[in-house]
Amino acid sequence: MDNYKGVLVFGEIGDGKLTPITIELLGVGRKLADDLGEELSILLVGSKAGALAQEAIACGADNVYIAEDSLLDAYNSDAYTQTAANLCKKVLPSIMLFGHTDLGCDLSPRLNGRLGGGLSMECMTLSIDSATKALIATRPVFGGNAHATMMSKSARPQMATVRAKVFAPAERADGRQGKVIPVEDKLDASALKVKVVEKIKEQVEGVKLEDAEVVVSGGRGMGSAQEFTKLRELANVLGGAVGATRVACDEGWAAATLQVGQSGKVVSPKLYIAIGLSGAMAHIAGCLGSKYIVAINKDKEANIFNVAHFGIVGDWKEILPPLTAKFKELLSK
Amino acid sequence: MNIIVCVKQVLDPEIPPAKFKIDPETKQVIPPPGVPPVISVYDERAVEAACRLKDKLKGKITVISVGSDKAADVIKHAISMGADEGFVLCDPAFENLDSFGTAYVLSKAIQKIGAYDLVLCGRQAADWGAGQVGSILAEILAIPVITLACDIEGVDTNVRVKRIVSDGYEIVEAPLPSLVTVSSEIGLPRLPAGVRLMMARKKVIPVWKAQDIGAEASQLDKGNAHTEITGLSVPTRKIECEIITGATPGEAAANLASKLANLI
Ligand SMILES: Cc1cc2nc3c(=O)[nH]c(=O)nc-3n(C[C@H](O)[C@H](O)[C@H](O)COP(=O)(O)OP(=O)(O)OC[C@H]3O[C@@H](n4cnc5c(N)ncnc54)[C@H](O)[C@@H]3O)c2cc1C
Repeated sequence: MDNYKGVLVFGEIGDGKLTPITIELLGVGRKLADDLGEELSILLVGSKAGALAQEAIACGADNVYIAEDSLLDAYNSDAYTQTAANLCKKVLPSIMLFGHTDLGCDLSPRLNGRLGGGLSMECMTLSIDSATKALIATRPVFGGNAHATMMSKSARPQMATVRAKVFAPAERADGRQGKVIPVEDKLDASALKVKVVEKIKEQVEGVKLEDAEVVVSGGRGMGSAQEFTKLRELANVLGGAVGATRVACDEGWAAATLQVGQSGKVVSPKLYIAIGLSGAMAHIAGCLGSKYIVAINKDKEANIFNVAHFGIVGDWKEILPPLTAKFKELLSK
Repeated sequence: MNIIVCVKQVLDPEIPPAKFKIDPETKQVIPPPGVPPVISVYDERAVEAACRLKDKLKGKITVISVGSDKAADVIKHAISMGADEGFVLCDPAFENLDSFGTAYVLSKAIQKIGAYDLVLCGRQAADWGAGQVGSILAEILAIPVITLACDIEGVDTNVRVKRIVSDGYEIVEAPLPSLVTVSSEIGLPRLPAGVRLMMARKKVIPVWKAQDIGAEASQLDKGNAHTEITGLSVPTRKIECEIITGATPGEAAANLASKLANLI
């Protein structure tokens, strides 16, 4: 276990750049590495990886491992697991960090299974235990009703997936020095069993949920697919996006990609308007970062009122139309 | 076709947050009195996915659960939905296992069951939600894994899965045998029908202990746990919700809009 040293970030590339979560991972990774007095490394994969090495160094990496293989251009769980596992067996990182993203959620458990490490997912805090030098991670459990502190006494690497926007992005400094190290191992193509045959992008109307400044979410209380569309009107007036609870998605009133919550999207708009939803912890987990939460619910005991800044107790059918109308009036001025 | 589904019995995740209590000493949740435990949501949908495949392709569904002796109830629930048989994996050595321990126990049971084409798991448990048992299990069994299925479109020599990603879907294929983890987007589980319900209730669910499946003590030693829960707390939030009122609901709505328009 003492052979394991340093922090390794699994970097993600999007639109030819390091993704925001990757820069956040470099930020927190740098801090953990400094606390350990060890190095921060990042693994970048795919044929565009090399071009981003200097950027990763500017963002704090001491070492950049580049696996430039076109088989790694798009995510494939077998290929990525193999590449990351091979590197880990060589580099022996003490800590390995992933974004809590599509990639991180699929790759990290599998890699953990292969390496026999200790993985905590969806972490909100990460620190180093001063006595043992082990990683301390906290994560939501029981749908966000509780927070657990996790440690791995002896299993290495200690792995964590980290939620977006929890940690500040790394501070960039051009002129930082670091090493760029090509990964020489070639992929064993015979071990690639899983094939991605098609990707289907879900078309969403209006602003993207994750980027929206205003989110109008509805739940079971909306009552039907027809009624659910009324949320869209308010969202349009506010230039925002529509979100949904799992129940609303299960009922088919909203696309699965609009689910907000622990097992859906995490949003942090300025304004989150929650209508006809009870505020289950698993839902709230997805919107707690909002600046203002507003609740409209006919049950004054509903949990949503425990996390909302403003609320109206009542039937949304009597509230939503005048609310939309008033906003229209105010915003047209 | 032989399908094995792994299910977990959990504290009902839909209890109101106000009733949720923990014991920080033992790092355990205190179940509220009178609330029976339930099958974990995603696991129930994994059973549903298995039943849909059986409806189409015939075959046998075997359900296994690591848990207490009460876990027979979730096996019976799965049988009432359409599964054929099931086993509870219960042994003092199986209590409070981490994800590796759980996956190890499941792998030993699966090896005992023998031939299988597909193993289905929920994407994560509704209680601790570690989200890794399925993937670790696949690694132990040395079979491919596809996570977050929202549809299992077809099975021949390959399994063809539609999986959910943040901006849409992916269609992914893997050769059998494979493991698939199922997400809630697969759709609502069927309601158990009368006859099946009665039959399931009467069924005696065999219990397998560590020695029945050849689970080695060294693999179950808590001292070797990969991860350990060293603390458990309930987050406190102090927000006073300002309730906006008005003479009519319409007036309250207008007051709310005026208030918010100044803030955004
Ligand atoms: C592991 C796990 C993960 C989960 N992940 C998620 C997740 O990511 N996202 C998510 O949303 N859920 C998730 N859930 C489900 C979650 O626990 C709740 O079941 C769900 O959020 C409840 O949805 P709801 O609020 O729409 O429905 P309900 O809880 O049924 O609430 C409906 C509300 O509408 C109100 N209402 C009804 N009619 C009206 C009316 N006319 N006017 C005003 N109010 C009205 C009622 O008072 C009630 O409060 C998860 C659960 C588990 C176990």
